[in-house]
Amino acid sequence: MKAAVLVFPGSNCDRDLAVALRRAGADVTMVWHKDDHLPDGVDLVAVPGGFSFGDYLRCGAIAARSPITKSLIGHVERGGYALGICNGFQVLTETGLLPGALIRNAGLKFLCKDVALKVENTDTAFTQTYTLGDEVCYPIAHHDGNYQVPDEKLAELRGEGRIAFTYKDNPNGSVGDIAGVVSRNARVLGLMPHPERAVDPVLGNTDGAAMFSALIASVVAA
Amino acid sequence: MKIRVDVMLKTGVLDPQGAAVRHALGTLGFEGVEKVRQGKVIELELAETDKEKAIKTATEMCEKLLANTVIESYLVQVV
Repeated sequence: MKAAVLVFPGSNCDRDLAVALRRAGADVTMVWHKDDHLPDGVDLVAVPGGFSFGDYLRCGAIAARSPITKSLIGHVERGGYALGICNGFQVLTETGLLPGALIRNAGLKFLCKDVALKVENTDTAFTQTYTLGDEVCYPIAHHDGNYQVPDEKLAELRGEGRIAFTYKDNPNGSVGDIAGVVSRNARVLGLMPHPERAVDPVLGNTDGAAMFSALIASVVAA
Repeated sequence: MKIRVDVMLKTGVLDPQGAAVRHALGTLGFEGVEKVRQGKVIELELAETDKEKAIKTATEMCEKLLANTVIESYLVQVV
């Protein structure tokens, strides 16, 4: 599987994400935000965490209007896979590829800790190796992770099974305890917690590894 | 032409920063502060001299970048 990891000024989880993808067997290319096209034959575009453009204006707002983002949108419109983690999730909502928006944490504090998540949908390329209702532990590290969508959109997300992960103990005020959502075709996942920080036993947590192996297995099979 | 854009969280969207400012004002002894909403002001200097065209352009800027209309509303004014 060929993956591209986008890099913006201020991205800081790009290399961790590349390591996680490579460990799972992906062929990874780093792509600078000023490039206007993705490498040929890319299956997955991964948007990493960090503080792209210093979080100026709104988290992810400037990155969502970068030259490479047009290619990302084209890739998703052609049915390609995309994964946005933390700031990457904020970028995906700012592009409109995923619904909703992420605002300041309800408690106003930057949160950096491990959190328990519930797997709400296993019918996606990202979560198929988990069992429905599984509890996994991923680290979070964010100031603006409070996911908001209008009530009617929340009902739609629930009805379409598009909530991929929820927090067991909501840390940031997100509606419906939502930690991650997928697109209508379930090929785009955005989530605030960091699975790429939980793939190596040396770091004491490997709960995230299953996401990357699931993704690669399903892309290769597709 | 100088344009001022006010961007505010929509009514009904929780504003944790506004709530914190309200709390801090209470701590300072300001009584009766019933609600605080925090937003941002963006000033634009446009080469355009036609007022209507300038407002139209600034509105387009709000829709495309300056505001996230999922959670924010905006007001464009010529100053």
